Amino acid sequence: MQNLLSIITFIPVLAAIILAIVMRGGTEAADRNAKWFALTATSVTFLVSLFLLAGYNPNNTDFQFVEQTKWILGMNYKVGVDGISLIFVMLITFLMPITICSAWTNEKRVKEYMIAFLVLETFMIGVFTALDIVLFYLFFEASLIPMFLIIGVWGGRQRVYATFKFFLYTFLGSVLMLVGIAWMFAIAGTTDIPTLMEYDFPSMPVDVLGFSIPGGVQTLLFLAFFASFSVKTPMWPVHTWLPDAHVQAPTAGSVDLAAILLKMGGYGFLRFSLPMFPVGTELLADFIMWLSVIAIIYASLVALVQTDMKKLIAYSSVAHMGFVTLGIFSVNKQGIDGAVYTMLSHGFVSSALFLSVGFIYDRLHTREIAAFGGLVKRMPVYAMLFMFFTMANVGLPGTSSFVGEFLSLAGAFQANRLLAVLATTGVILSACYGLWLYRRMFFGPMLKESLKAVVDLDLREKAMLAPLVIMTLLLGVYPSLLTDIIGPTVANLVENYHASLAAAGAVAVAH
Amino acid sequence: MPTIILFAPLLGAVIAGFGWRLITEKGAQLVTTGLLFLSAILSWIVFITFDGTTQHIELFSFIVSGDLETSWQIRLDRLTTIMLVVINTVSALVHLYSWGYMAHDENFEGNERYKARFFSYLSLFTFMMLALVTADNLLQMFFGWEGVGLASYLLIGFYYKKPSAGAAAIKAFVVNRVGDFGFLLGIFALFFLSGSIDLDTIFQQVPQLAQITVPFLGLEVNAVELCALLLFIGAMGKSAQLLLHTWLPDAMEGPTPVSALIHAATMVTAGVFLVCRMSPLYEFAPDTKMFITLIGGTTAFFAATVGLVQNDIKRVIAYSTCSQLGYMFVAAGVGVYSVAMFHLLTHAFFKAMLFLGAGSVIHSMHHEQDMRSYGGLRKKIPLTFWAMMIGTLAITGVGIPLTHIGFAGFLSKDAIIESAWAGTHGGYAFWMLVIAALFTSFYSWRLMFMTFFGTPRGDMKKHDHAHESPRVMTIPLGVLALGAVFGGMIWYNVFFGDHQKMTQFFHMQSAHVEAQTAVAQDEDHPVLAEVAEGDAVAAPGEAAPSAHEKPDLAPTGEGAIFMSADNEVIEEAHHAPVWVKVSPFIAMLIGLGVAWLFYIVNPALPAKLAKGMPALHRFLLNKWYFDELYDAIFRRPALALGQFFWKKGDEGTIDGALNGLAYKLIPALARLAGRIQSGYLFHYAFAMVVGILVLMFWVVLTGGSQ
Repeated sequence: MQNLLSIITFIPVLAAIILAIVMRGGTEAADRNAKWFALTATSVTFLVSLFLLAGYNPNNTDFQFVEQTKWILGMNYKVGVDGISLIFVMLITFLMPITICSAWTNEKRVKEYMIAFLVLETFMIGVFTALDIVLFYLFFEASLIPMFLIIGVWGGRQRVYATFKFFLYTFLGSVLMLVGIAWMFAIAGTTDIPTLMEYDFPSMPVDVLGFSIPGGVQTLLFLAFFASFSVKTPMWPVHTWLPDAHVQAPTAGSVDLAAILLKMGGYGFLRFSLPMFPVGTELLADFIMWLSVIAIIYASLVALVQTDMKKLIAYSSVAHMGFVTLGIFSVNKQGIDGAVYTMLSHGFVSSALFLSVGFIYDRLHTREIAAFGGLVKRMPVYAMLFMFFTMANVGLPGTSSFVGEFLSLAGAFQANRLLAVLATTGVILSACYGLWLYRRMFFGPMLKESLKAVVDLDLREKAMLAPLVIMTLLLGVYPSLLTDIIGPTVANLVENYHASLAAAGAVAVAH
Repeated sequence: MPTIILFAPLLGAVIAGFGWRLITEKGAQLVTTGLLFLSAILSWIVFITFDGTTQHIELFSFIVSGDLETSWQIRLDRLTTIMLVVINTVSALVHLYSWGYMAHDENFEGNERYKARFFSYLSLFTFMMLALVTADNLLQMFFGWEGVGLASYLLIGFYYKKPSAGAAAIKAFVVNRVGDFGFLLGIFALFFLSGSIDLDTIFQQVPQLAQITVPFLGLEVNAVELCALLLFIGAMGKSAQLLLHTWLPDAMEGPTPVSALIHAATMVTAGVFLVCRMSPLYEFAPDTKMFITLIGGTTAFFAATVGLVQNDIKRVIAYSTCSQLGYMFVAAGVGVYSVAMFHLLTHAFFKAMLFLGAGSVIHSMHHEQDMRSYGGLRKKIPLTFWAMMIGTLAITGVGIPLTHIGFAGFLSKDAIIESAWAGTHGGYAFWMLVIAALFTSFYSWRLMFMTFFGTPRGDMKKHDHAHESPRVMTIPLGVLALGAVFGGMIWYNVFFGDHQKMTQFFHMQSAHVEAQTAVAQDEDHPVLAEVAEGDAVAAPGEAAPSAHEKPDLAPTGEGAIFMSADNEVIEEAHHAPVWVKVSPFIAMLIGLGVAWLFYIVNPALPAKLAKGMPALHRFLLNKWYFDELYDAIFRRPALALGQFFWKKGDEGTIDGALNGLAYKLIPALARLAGRIQSGYLFHYAFAMVVGILVLMFWVVLTGGSQ
C-alpha cells in the first residue's frame, strides 16, 4: 500500500466530513450515532495504523512509507515516517478511540464535538508525518484550531480566558517559526525536510545590531524554532498557559492536549533543531538544560501546593516535559532515547490521570482536592487504578515512566553532572506531590456526606483505562518493544549531529 | 529452580490480588502462603546444595540504549542464596502468622474485605525483595529496591482510615526516595565512568577507576569513592541510618506482621546487602568505608538511646532494629562483609521473632501497644513469653564468653564488635557499639520486665481477656526460635570463625590464591591456575608492581564477596585482646542489672530518674527532635517555595510580564469570542478547515496515483 500514511492521516477527516454532511445532529439518536461513528472511524484508523507498525523496518534509518506529490501553489505534499515519528503516529491512533470514549458523557453539540476530534486527529498525525516543512507548518498550526474550539466551546467556566491564553502563546511562538521557515527556504532553496536535515546552514558569526552572534544563522534559526517549540512543550517560563488550558478543557481535550499536543514541541526539537542547526543547538544546549532543570524543580514545587487536582497534574506534566528537554539537549543516545520514551510514556500516564480526574468530576462535579477523602472505601477499583497511575507518574521502576526518566537522567549525567544532580531531585518531589494528592483523596475516614453515595467505575471507564495500564506496564518491563523501533533512528540522529558539528568546526566556537 | 523461587510469590500476589473474588479470601490466603512455602523450601535446597560458583540466569532483555545494555537476569551466588533463605523463610512464616493476626481486624468494618489484599501485598513485597537480591545489574536491583518501597508504602498505609498510617506511609516512601536519589546518581556515575551497570563489568574496572578523579559539583573526587558514597546514600535510606532514619519508627503504623517481615528482617537490610554486594567497589573506597563505619556506629548508639525511653512496644523494637542495622554497617564499613551478612542472617531470625512475639502480645491484649498497660503477662501467654525470652537472649547476646557457644546474637554481634575494634583500632565505632550493647540489653529487658513481669497495669478488662494466640501464630515463633538459638553456632565458622571455610563458602578470591595464580601464570602453567581454588584469574595489567607489599587483588566478579589483599581485619579481630572479647558480655550484664533494678526491684526509680533529668528525657522521648528539625528545614520551606512560585512566579511575574499585552487584548478578543457560542464563527472555522482538508485529500488521491 503506497498510500498507507495518507490513508491513516485522512480516514478521520473523511469520517468528519461524512458526519458533517450526512448525519443530522440534534436528536438523541443522532448523537448516539455520531459517537459510535466517531469511535468506529478512530478504531479503524488504529487498526490500519497497525499495518504501518508491521511494515516498518527499524533497522533502516531512512524515512519509510514516503509519499510525494505536487500540491497547490508550487508546494509539495510529502509524508513519511522514521522510528521517532512512527511511535507518535501509533500513540495518536491508539489514544483517539479512548478519547472518543471519554467524550461519551458530553451532551452539548455532540456531532460537532466528534467532528472536532476527528479533524484534530488528522492534523496531529499530519504533524508527525509531514516531510515538507510548509506542510508541517500547516498541520502544526491547524491543530490549534480544533483544540481551540474544544476548549472554547466545550470547556469550563473560564474557558474564554484559557482559550485565548493558549492560542496567543502558541500562535506567537509559531509566527517566529514561520519567519524561520521562510529564511531557510531563502538560504537552502527547498522545503524538503530530509534535504534540509543534511543541509549545512552557515554557522559563521554574524552581527545583529552591533552584537556578534556566535553560530550565526544557525543560532538565529534555532531561536526562531525554539520560540515555537518551547511554548508547545511547554518549557519554563512559558508554561503558564498549560495549567489554565487544562483546567478549562473538557476531559477528552485534556487527554489529547497532554498526551499528544505537548509532544509536538519535543518532536520539533528532534526533527528540526538538532539535525538542522547543530551549531545553534550546541551553543544553547546548556542554557536549555538549565531551563529544563528549573522546570522540573519549579513545577514540582508548584504542584505540591495546588488545590485543584487537574492543575496539579498539569504542573506535573510541565515537570515531566522538563525531563524530556533535559534528555534531548544532552544530545547523546541515552538522553534522546529517554526523552522519546518519556514523551510516549507520558502520553499513556498523563492521559490516564486526566481521565481519572474526569471520572471523579463526572460524579461529584468538583476537582477540589479538599472535597475528597476516604474514597478508597467506596471506589476500590478507582483507587487501585489511580494508585497505579500515581506510581507511574512518580516514576516507579516497572512502569514506562521510569525507563524514560532513567534514560534521560543517565544521558544528562554524561552531559552535565550538576544539572543531573539537580534534576534528579525531581524524583523526590514527584513522590511528594503524587502521594500527598493520593492520600488526601483516597485515605483517611470518609467524612463528607456528598461522597457516601459515590459509585465505583463502570465498564466503559474501566475499559478506557485498561489499555493504558497494559501499555504502561508492558513498556515498563520490556522496553525493547519501543527502543528497538526508535533506537536506530536516534543513534543515527546523534551520529549525524556530532558529525556535522565536527564538520562545522563548531567545537572551537562553543568552548 | 531460582526462577521458580523468584516468580512463585509474584504469581501468588497476582492471583490473590485480582482473583480473590473467584477463589474467596481463604483461597487467596492458601495460594499465597502455599507458594511462599514452596519458595522457602526450594531456597533451602538451593542454599544447602549451592557450591559457590556464581551463576547467571538470563530471562529477557530490559533497558537497552546504546552502551547501556541490561537484562532481567538472576545472579546466583552465596550472597543471593543467603538472602533467599532469609527472605523466603521469614516471609513464609509471616504469611502463616498473618492467618491468625489478621483474622478479625478492628480497623475494618464487618463487611470490608481486606485479607486478600493484605496477602497479595505481602507476596508482592516478597517478589520485589527477591528481585532485588537476585539482580545481576544495578538497574534490576533498583527495580526491586523501589518495588519493596512501594510494597512497604502500601502496607504501612494498610489501615487507610487512620490518618497517622497515611502520613507514615508517605514519609516512608519519600524518605526512601531521598536515598534512592543517591542510588540513582550512583548508577549514573557508574555508567558514566565504566560504561556499564552490569555488576561483573563494573567490578573488573574498579582498580582502574580507583586511579582517576572526576569533577563533581565543583570538586575533584576519586571516581570509586564518588560511586561508593552515592550508592551508600541509597543504603542509608533503605536501612534507616542516621539522618534518613525518621521513617522507620513511624512505619510501625502498619500491621505487626509487616513490621516483622519488612521493617525488621528483610527490606531494611537491603542497604547492608547492597554494600556487601558491591564489596569490590567499597574495598577500593577507604574514605567511604570510614564514613559508613561512622554512620553505622552513630546510628547504633543514637537509636539505642531513643529505644531506652519509648513506651510503645513496637517502637522499642523498631529503634532496636535501627540500632542493629548500625551494627551491620559498622561491620561492612570496616570491611568484614561476611560478618555483616552473618548479623543480617541471625538478626532476621531473632528480630522477626521479637516482632511476631510483640504482635502476639498485642493480639492477646486487644491491640493495646503501650507497655505501661501491660505487666504480668507471663502466665497468661506462656508460649509468647518464652519466644520473646529467646529473642531477648539472642538480641542481647547471651552466651558463654570466650567460647563459640551462645544464642545467635551473641556470636554475630560479638563478631562485629571484635571486628570494629580491629578495624578502627579501638576507636569511635567500637566504643559506640559497646555502649549500644549495654543500652540494647537495658531496653530489651525493660520490654520483657514491663510486659511479662510485675503486676498487671492499665485496663483490667483487657488483662482478663488476654489469651494465648492461635497455633498459626505460635508455630512461626517456634521455627524462628530455632534460628535464634542455633543460627549463630551453626554458621559461625563460615561467616567469621574459620578463614579457610569462609573463603570456600563465599567463593572468595583470596590473596593466597591470587599469589599462587600469579606464580602459575608466570611459570606458564595455566593448569595450575585452573586447579587453584576459587579459580581467580588476575585481570590483565595487574602484573604491574603495586604500592602494597602483597600483590594487589583485582576483583573479577567471581565469588560473592571481595576482600582486598591488605584487608586483615578478620585476622586481627580473631586476635583481639580478651577485654575486647568480653566487653559486650559485660555491657550486656550491666544493662540487665540496671533493668532488673528499675523494673523489678524498684519500679518507682525510672520515673524519679526521668524527673531528675527532664531535658535529657524529653530529648530522648522526642527522638532527638529530628522530625521537628526536618519539618522546619525541608517541608515548610518546600511548601512556602511552592506557594511563592505559584502566586508570585506564575501568576504574578510570568503571566504579568508575558501577558501584559495579552491582558489588554484578551477582553477585546473575548468580546469577539462571545460570538463563538452563537455558532457562526464556529461554522466558519470549520468550513475553512474542512475546505483545506478536502483540497489536500483530493490532491493526495489524484496526485498519488500519477
